Amino acid sequence: MSDKNKKTEIKTPLLDELKTGPWPSFVNDLKKLSERKPAVGELLGQLEQSYEDNWNYWQGTVLNVDGYGGGVIARYSELAGKFPNIAQFHTIRIIPPAGWVYSTKKLRELCDIWDKHGAGIMQMHGMTGDALLLGTDNKTTFDAAEELMEAGWDLGGSGAAMRTLSCCVGQARCEMACFDTMGVTKFLTDTFISQLHRPELPYKYKFKLSGCANDCAASMQRSDMPVIGTWRGPMQIDQEEVAKFIDKHGLDYTVNNVITRCPTQCMQLKGKSIEVDNGNCVHCMHCINVMNKALAPGKDRGATILIGGKRTLKIGDTMSSVLVPFMKLETPEDWRKLTALVERIWEFWGENGLEHERIGEFIERVGLGTLLENIGLEPNVEMVAHPRSNPYIKFEELAPGRMGGEPEEAPTVVNKETEGFEKA
Amino acid sequence: MSFELNGVTYETDEDGYLLNLDQWNKDVADYLAKGEGLNMTESHWEVINFLRDYYDEYKIAPMIRILTKAIGKKLGPEKGNTKYLYELYPGGPAKQACKIAGLPKPTGCV
Repeated sequence: MSDKNKKTEIKTPLLDELKTGPWPSFVNDLKKLSERKPAVGELLGQLEQSYEDNWNYWQGTVLNVDGYGGGVIARYSELAGKFPNIAQFHTIRIIPPAGWVYSTKKLRELCDIWDKHGAGIMQMHGMTGDALLLGTDNKTTFDAAEELMEAGWDLGGSGAAMRTLSCCVGQARCEMACFDTMGVTKFLTDTFISQLHRPELPYKYKFKLSGCANDCAASMQRSDMPVIGTWRGPMQIDQEEVAKFIDKHGLDYTVNNVITRCPTQCMQLKGKSIEVDNGNCVHCMHCINVMNKALAPGKDRGATILIGGKRTLKIGDTMSSVLVPFMKLETPEDWRKLTALVERIWEFWGENGLEHERIGEFIERVGLGTLLENIGLEPNVEMVAHPRSNPYIKFEELAPGRMGGEPEEAPTVVNKETEGFEKA
Repeated sequence: MSFELNGVTYETDEDGYLLNLDQWNKDVADYLAKGEGLNMTESHWEVINFLRDYYDEYKIAPMIRILTKAIGKKLGPEKGNTKYLYELYPGGPAKQACKIAGLPKPTGCV
């Protein structure tokens, strides 16, 4: 096109409003970038048009790098006549290192490749957990992918596939982490790399891993299978540090910010020490966060595996609920138990799921009992949406005795690894 | 868009998928495959034939899982996976194989 490289002044009064105020603004950044990347100026032009018309002018399409069934989010502009440089404006998803721990050398290399082939816009990181690289056309997408792969990067997931994983920094930088989130993330990525690159599931399947219930990866809301660190048995208490904390912050502060904030009221202050009713502790992490020197997660650590979180699709937004109350995740052998469980879930869901039906919706449709039966997990009263809510399954054997037939003792169901898991 | 082969004109959409599915024949498949840079072997035809049979019966393209299972059953488990299908059709079995088999364009998803 003759006017393709001609630089024209594009007026963006609505977007310019976003430059005011004390905050950083993407408009400032992109305007600066547009001085040497005309496509970015036109990108802002189309966004301005969208703001004016309340309409999205991007059209989605499919573009695959050879051998890959996903990883490129292809977009055509419907305003290509007006903005020829963004006629094709695709996004490449790149799998970031677990925990987003890059070396500056690799990061610079990534930026250089993207400056060469794309529009130079990078999103670190998108909601998907990928490093998103924006602004290639039908040709440069392949050039960029080639060079990225030469440099050791790989494309992320899209479509009905296992998606790029994301996790918190875990044990690399955080004393709260109850398992090696980065190790498990790498292990799952390597194990299921085929399912990540080549869609073969009814719909997307996301893992997000958090080292503790603070859930820095927001796995509960954002993933089909959150893995959240937790512990069995008593939490650790250093009474000396408790006393120091009270001396430093005062009794009022301790009562108002720790004791009374416990969701199950399982803590008591006894003089300058703390007593915890561990059977009633729901491992919410609040007290540990506040008194992080005095309190710590227990020593027998592992993770809770949950299932079914998703954004609105066939049914409204759901958060995940517990599938495996506790499992150790210390050795690759433990990790393989997790992947074996995932394989059984995929097998059953893959056979019986409808197109575009996520696992949470599938469970909603067929029932948790049906799923458990088919993946070889025993039902457990700890399989709940959140602590102290009703289980999904009616446990006849746990029901109170009727008309004089009281059971002598309630069966214990607490603090054991889920039966059936060893079958993996 | 359209192309001509052996004196017959074939209408296609902008991505080269046949508009009139009844017009499909083996020569057309070979022609479309060449456009994709593919050399059709016996293995390629296995996939195409399955896709066409399935489409004849159900009027939709099979889900990828059904395709891999059917291929695995016919040709052995080492071929019943997506890796094998992508080796045959690097552009993806849904996108590329459906085009050559004369099936409607699969709908993309984000």
